[in-house]
Amino acid sequence: MMHKIHKALGDRFVWLVADALTMVERNMIRYVRLPQLLVFSTIQPVMFLLLFTYVFGGAIQTGSGEYINYLLPGILVQTAVFGAITTGIGLAEDLAKGLIDRFRSLPMARSAVLAGRTIADMMRNIFVVLLMLAVGYLIGFRLEGTLSDSITAFMLLLLFGFAFSWVSATIGMLSKNVETAQVLGFIWVFPLVFASAVFVPVESMPTWLRTFAEINPVTVTVDAVRALALGGVPDETTSRYVWATLAYIVGILAVFMPLAVRLYRRSV
Amino acid sequence: MSDTAIVVRDLKKSFGSVQAVRGVSFDVQRGTVFGLLGPNGAGKTTVIRMLTTLMQPDEGTAKIEGYDVIKDAHAVRTVIGLAGQYAAVDETLTGRENLVMVGRLYHMGIKAATARADELLWEFGLEDAGDRTLQTYSGGMRRRLDLAASLVNRPSVLFLDEPTTGLDPQSRIALWKIIHDLVSRGTTVLLTTQYLDEADYLANHIVIIDQGRVIESGTPEELKARVGNDVLEVRIKNISQINAATSALRSLGAGNVRVDLMLNQLSMPLENGMGVVPKAIRALDIAHVEIDDLTLRHPTLDEAFLSLTGHSPRI
Repeated sequence: MMHKIHKALGDRFVWLVADALTMVERNMIRYVRLPQLLVFSTIQPVMFLLLFTYVFGGAIQTGSGEYINYLLPGILVQTAVFGAITTGIGLAEDLAKGLIDRFRSLPMARSAVLAGRTIADMMRNIFVVLLMLAVGYLIGFRLEGTLSDSITAFMLLLLFGFAFSWVSATIGMLSKNVETAQVLGFIWVFPLVFASAVFVPVESMPTWLRTFAEINPVTVTVDAVRALALGGVPDETTSRYVWATLAYIVGILAVFMPLAVRLYRRSV
Repeated sequence: MSDTAIVVRDLKKSFGSVQAVRGVSFDVQRGTVFGLLGPNGAGKTTVIRMLTTLMQPDEGTAKIEGYDVIKDAHAVRTVIGLAGQYAAVDETLTGRENLVMVGRLYHMGIKAATARADELLWEFGLEDAGDRTLQTYSGGMRRRLDLAASLVNRPSVLFLDEPTTGLDPQSRIALWKIIHDLVSRGTTVLLTTQYLDEADYLANHIVIIDQGRVIESGTPEELKARVGNDVLEVRIKNISQINAATSALRSLGAGNVRVDLMLNQLSMPLENGMGVVPKAIRALDIAHVEIDDLTLRHPTLDEAFLSLTGHSPRI
């Protein structure tokens, strides 16, 4: 009996993985066929990078070191978070076109559509983050941490974007159409990204905003990525940042994965 | 195995204060086409969504091939196919990729899924378009691919929600033929439509629903008898011959001949079927009446509703 249950659960997991991979493949084909989707998700962060480096950067005090070194880790986190918005928009589009109905009428794993989409968006982020790094290098950014720290930073970025993709997926499942998903997608992301340490040190903010900015998961992640990429911070501090970021990622996933899947199951 | 593929008992569904479906019951015999006919907003799509596990009924039960749509939803999904009002296919994929994707989501191996996709592309006349992305497809081609996608798993029960809405007449007839072929091979089909002629052509049994309730049920012949007969309309060239024409048609004794002097037109319901038509033409010819135009028309859905419910369908 127990053995049977184990086997049934095992089968279900195998099918979930297989179904999710099929959906990942579908979404990746979209990115290959519609490269403009990729271009759109890179133009904006590149513009932010140039704008803040050359226009605002001179007026921002970040202590010693080049502003570009301070800025780029922030921009990378911003890119991961903004990129997550497309998860919800894509799902709202599938919902509006009736594709989700088709998937829901198939005997496939219930969570595979969402998992496939969020994983595909994470894979897109690999490309986008590498590209942003390359652009950063061209305008003077230099990685100063160890290789293993840089890889850790890269993983944190991907996982953080993945977690936010599930928040976005939840919003997408709640949206009645693509336009709503777009508007709702930006509303919550905007304060998170700008009231954070992405562009400026939080110490420069008024107290009330600073309180928010300090507990803001974007700030926590930026601190971790910055410490890992640039070094020069005591190891205990860096690992505190990293653990705090991981805690946020796990927390966000624990809330929004089940929530999004629930909405997918019952959405009408 | 029983010969009933779908059993629906007292299904109810409300959205807030709107009662979309207010107690619908019917049975569908295996290997037949069952038509759910009704105007926009009658509750047809809601019924289909409940039967295909996309939505849970508030009350009542429904079984597909013996599987309960709530308790055995997963099993239901293995035996059904669904093609909706919109072509639910991925625009950026090719026709073949769409079908292979669906096959793999049915847990076919990649080889089996590809073979099935090729088979369906061929059956639906899309073999040449199989490797093009859907952006190059016409509306009719998309709808055909959507129908093909609903057949990947060789479902025993196929649900078609307004399969021909928005299609040009040619694509519509092509789709009718496909549905006909499927049923001749043993598939059970439940389709919704707003068109009386579509239900008439395809369905073995029709249920008419209005405001979430079944208001009429029967074979197309029974329903047509109840909603009124086909009408023969004759427009004559010369108004001076109107009396001759009227008495020629009346002499057939087939139905109540109505005269419209404004349009130079006579109309006669065909109470005893089509056999009267050649007789009518002969009688008019013998009376030397010159015919300008001659049409046969079905009672419209509006007329059917009017005669069944006493009110026009609310659109």
